[in-house]
Amino acid sequence: MNDVELKRDKVQLGFWLYIMTDCMLFASLFATYMILRGATNGGPGGDELFSLTFVLVETVILLTSSYLCGIANLALRHGKRKEFFATFGLTIALGIAFLAMELTEFSHLISEGHGPATSAFLSAFFTLVGLHGAHIAVGILWALVLAWALYRQGSNEDLQRKFGLFSIYWHFLDVVWIFIFTIVFALGVA
Amino acid sequence: MKKYRVVIGVACVLVVLVAMGYFLLRGAHFDVLQPAGDIAKQQRNLLIFATLLMSVVVIPVFVMLGWFSWKYRASNKNTKQKDYKPEWHESKRLELLWWGIPAVIVGALAVTAWVTSHSLDPYKSIASSKPAVEIQVVALQWKWLFIYPDLGIATVNKLPVPEKTPIHFTISADAPMSAFWVPALGTQIYAMNGMSSQLNLIADHTGEFSGYTTNINGEGYADMKFKVYAKTEKEFDAWVKTATQSANLMNEATYARLVAPSKAEETSYRLVDTSLYQKIVAKYGHSMSGESSNHIMPNGSVMDDSKLESDEHVHSMEGM
Amino acid sequence: MSALLGRLDWSYLPSDPVTIGAAIGMPLALLFIVAAVTYYKKWKYLWKEWIITTDAKKIGVMYGIVAIVMLLRGGADALMLRAATALGGPGGTQLFDTDTFQQVFTAHGTIMIFFVGMGLMFALFNIAVPLMIGARDVAFPFLNSMSFWLFFAGMILVNAALIFGGFSNGGWLGYPPLTELQYNPGPGVDYWIWSLQIAGIGSLLSGVNFFATIIKCRAKGMNLMKMPIFVWSVLVTTVLIMISFPMLTASLGMLSLDRLAGMHFFTSDGGGNPMMYINLIWAWGHPEVYILVMPAFGIFSEVVATFAKKRLFGYKTMVIALIAIMFLSFVVWQHHFFTMGAGANVNAFFGIMTMVIAIPTGVKLFNWIFTMYKGRIDFKAPMVWFMCFALTFTIGGVTGVLMSIPAIDFQVHNSMFLVAHFHNVIIGGVLFGYIAGLTYWFPKIFGFRLHDGLGRWSSYFWVVGFMLAFLPLYALGLMGAVRRLDHYDDPAWIPFFVVSAVGVIVIGIGVALFVLQIVYSVWKRKTLKDTTGDPWDGRTLEWSVPSPAPHYNFAIDPVVSRIDEWWYQKQDGLQAPRAEDYKDIAVTKNTPLGFMIGMAAFVLGGALIWHIWWLAIISFIAIVLFAIARTMDDFTEHTIAAKDVMRMDMEARS
Repeated sequence: MNDVELKRDKVQLGFWLYIMTDCMLFASLFATYMILRGATNGGPGGDELFSLTFVLVETVILLTSSYLCGIANLALRHGKRKEFFATFGLTIALGIAFLAMELTEFSHLISEGHGPATSAFLSAFFTLVGLHGAHIAVGILWALVLAWALYRQGSNEDLQRKFGLFSIYWHFLDVVWIFIFTIVFALGVA
Repeated sequence: MKKYRVVIGVACVLVVLVAMGYFLLRGAHFDVLQPAGDIAKQQRNLLIFATLLMSVVVIPVFVMLGWFSWKYRASNKNTKQKDYKPEWHESKRLELLWWGIPAVIVGALAVTAWVTSHSLDPYKSIASSKPAVEIQVVALQWKWLFIYPDLGIATVNKLPVPEKTPIHFTISADAPMSAFWVPALGTQIYAMNGMSSQLNLIADHTGEFSGYTTNINGEGYADMKFKVYAKTEKEFDAWVKTATQSANLMNEATYARLVAPSKAEETSYRLVDTSLYQKIVAKYGHSMSGESSNHIMPNGSVMDDSKLESDEHVHSMEGM
Repeated sequence: MSALLGRLDWSYLPSDPVTIGAAIGMPLALLFIVAAVTYYKKWKYLWKEWIITTDAKKIGVMYGIVAIVMLLRGGADALMLRAATALGGPGGTQLFDTDTFQQVFTAHGTIMIFFVGMGLMFALFNIAVPLMIGARDVAFPFLNSMSFWLFFAGMILVNAALIFGGFSNGGWLGYPPLTELQYNPGPGVDYWIWSLQIAGIGSLLSGVNFFATIIKCRAKGMNLMKMPIFVWSVLVTTVLIMISFPMLTASLGMLSLDRLAGMHFFTSDGGGNPMMYINLIWAWGHPEVYILVMPAFGIFSEVVATFAKKRLFGYKTMVIALIAIMFLSFVVWQHHFFTMGAGANVNAFFGIMTMVIAIPTGVKLFNWIFTMYKGRIDFKAPMVWFMCFALTFTIGGVTGVLMSIPAIDFQVHNSMFLVAHFHNVIIGGVLFGYIAGLTYWFPKIFGFRLHDGLGRWSSYFWVVGFMLAFLPLYALGLMGAVRRLDHYDDPAWIPFFVVSAVGVIVIGIGVALFVLQIVYSVWKRKTLKDTTGDPWDGRTLEWSVPSPAPHYNFAIDPVVSRIDEWWYQKQDGLQAPRAEDYKDIAVTKNTPLGFMIGMAAFVLGGALIWHIWWLAIISFIAIVLFAIARTMDDFTEHTIAAKDVMRMDMEARS
């Protein structure tokens, strides 16, 4: 294996290892959420606070964003510049839309007096969902930096590799969201 | 003589250490090793049994370490050709021996651990012809409140009990996490806000035993001691009689003063509010949801918590 | 409380003489160092060769220096604690106030585990792993640099607490609700949280780094079952790090949210659940102690084989034992709170799992003993440290199995018996192992050996001091002495605490000898010079390069075909390298970004502790910008031409 291939190989492994550690982080928060979700301190629980429709829209947005990211990846590898920027641009835009919706929901809850400091249940909810949102925000920043680099330099092997890592990250956040949708929202409303 | 330098050195050190040990230990009293209660007695026997079992492995280890390091040291002029086998690095038989023997010992200890985990479960009531004395314990900063709900008494930092009678403790806290421990009688258990843990102990004879908290809970931690006074039944009844006529009243006002971070002296009170303990536990409003609404008693029967009144709600923390 | 300075104000300066002394002493020592560096005009050298380095060997040396300095700090804490308890009986005096005492034992535990234990561990990983696997550096050299500076940032925060604000008083694991705002509103707990949070991220990234290094950067022909056992122990340890450290991040993160944002994860009110914290933190905490001890086991595998001049007994089972310990360490955490009332079945399960770990651990001990059997043992210092370990750690293992039986633990949990046990295994296992490793690999990095006699005498004082300091604690626990007490009223305890204090002083002499050994060896480095690169007649690849090891480690990529490759190469007869064997070597460039991120993290931590929000935001943004800058860094390697490599190699070998 030559040096460049070895480097790509190492980074690929390193990145998957990082994803695994991120899984453990989310797992700890999921465990905490599941223990604390009944501790509403006399206040409302998930069944009263969550709107499944709202969350469903968020989910569709995020899943579409992930799908488009996959398309963008293919476009990049086939050198289709216009298609790449279009799909990647949409990926980022949808990510921003998801974040905007989440922030709206958060500020709505807080203004109604259901902020994270009101009960253990809400602390766990805001932290778990908020951590996912923070990851999305970091992803958006990463995507913008990547887009800028690709715009300036055009596509090359190194940037394609880096884009590959970004899409792994973005898909991973999708998977985490599916868990959040199921465990927090769907089970919470049930 | 020079080659024996190390052996002499080690021997000297050992002699000094053993001598020091002897003088230190002679005359010392060990609550855990010379217990005054049946629970602690069983635990001491367990300790001795497990230590003896493990010495089956440990003593040969020490012997081999000493012997091999002596015999195979490079400076040993008496080694023969056959005593140096640099490529010998495998022996299925030997491996079997030292996977096998420890496994058997650990197996024996595992069975012991399982059995005693159940027989010495703090929640398990002690079989006796006498009914248990109920005592509710509240860990405060930095004192212990003991409530005798059936006798109408409360005490701070002193715990009179009748000898040879099982005591059933229900334990909570209104302070950072603490722990209730009387080494002469046995098992310690954590005292936590809003939770109720249980402990069953018995004093085999009269005497005074020290009690402590084992979990750091703030500045006054070291002063949070109490004394258990195991009395004869007659003495105990006499004490109860005096205490119920005490001028000190344990009510919400007194309690409010006690809760404030401070040390306290041994005091007895007449208990005015018999639901004081329940009120203290309920202060923290633990809804108990997210946990099963029934739990399995140590004797195997299933207890439905929802049918209990709050003062009997046992928080078993299974699954934590 | 102001917008500019948060809650920082003069009232947080220390008020008791001991802390004032330290608060003056530390900046003074720092000033002295700064003056010395300036006087000798070494700033440029320091910056270029050390602060911005990405060379794992140098990063390892920096970890080692920080760890040893922290050993002195933690040791000073220990002296204070034992002095206080020796005088804390009835009729004695209160040496210093209880609040200081509680901060001192919290700092002692925190520093020893996170900065001494982890510090020495990463020092040895960096120094030995790339060399042992035939690699030039770790998989991610920049990440390595950043990890070190995050560790460094955490270290500064722990010590800054002494000067300004005081440290936590909640013990090294900081159980709530004591560490919540209700009982502890001041900055002490926050210092504890952020120094560990920041250092913890560094550790996590190093775990990823070394796992990737071992998997991807081994020399040709070195398949997994031909790696040195130390490398196996590191591999297994990195798995533990990667899986467990995120749980520490989560626990500390949630506690910090409780304290910074008023949340209710572990508070007494609002539905919080302190037991949840205890579960989470110990789910990290138990793997952590195996993280610390397994590399020490690995070191002893190398040391015993090398100094007995014999192949390590039972390579395969050593690997199996390491893997077994790795898996088992994830299913035992509840044994740290048997007394929290989980019920007999849960307690029994975890107790049994705990004692099962004794089996593979015992197997390793037997394998070492039978490596000694029919060997020709040279009792140099590293081998003497092994003997000290074997004696001490075995006792600790026995008491561990005793406590794994829940019913016994009910009587000894949180007593001095427990304190004796964990010091027994940490000092006997972790510390003796890492000191042996430092002694063993020192010549490879510095080009001269440490003076052997001083090393051996250091070990004698350490092991005798250990017995004096900790065996009485077992007795105290059985007398009912609870941990973390600064005063007590049972006069029977006094002689035991006094003997323990004497023991700590004896250990202190051992530490002094260890430091003296280093200083003396530097002074006498010409006579102690390692001229061959192979001072111990070693068995593994690192001994095939000259000492000190060159930046690129191996002039020619080694090829491996068996365990203990170097040993058998020597037996087969060494071939001189040919000119055409030398190739161009790519070496990672140095970069200041690791250092800058570390310093920004320190500022971020300080800002969060003191509630200086504007500074927190700025330093956070700085970290983000530095990270982005690094990703833009495309030309991160420079090449050493083959002919230069050949020239340097010839010079080193002459």
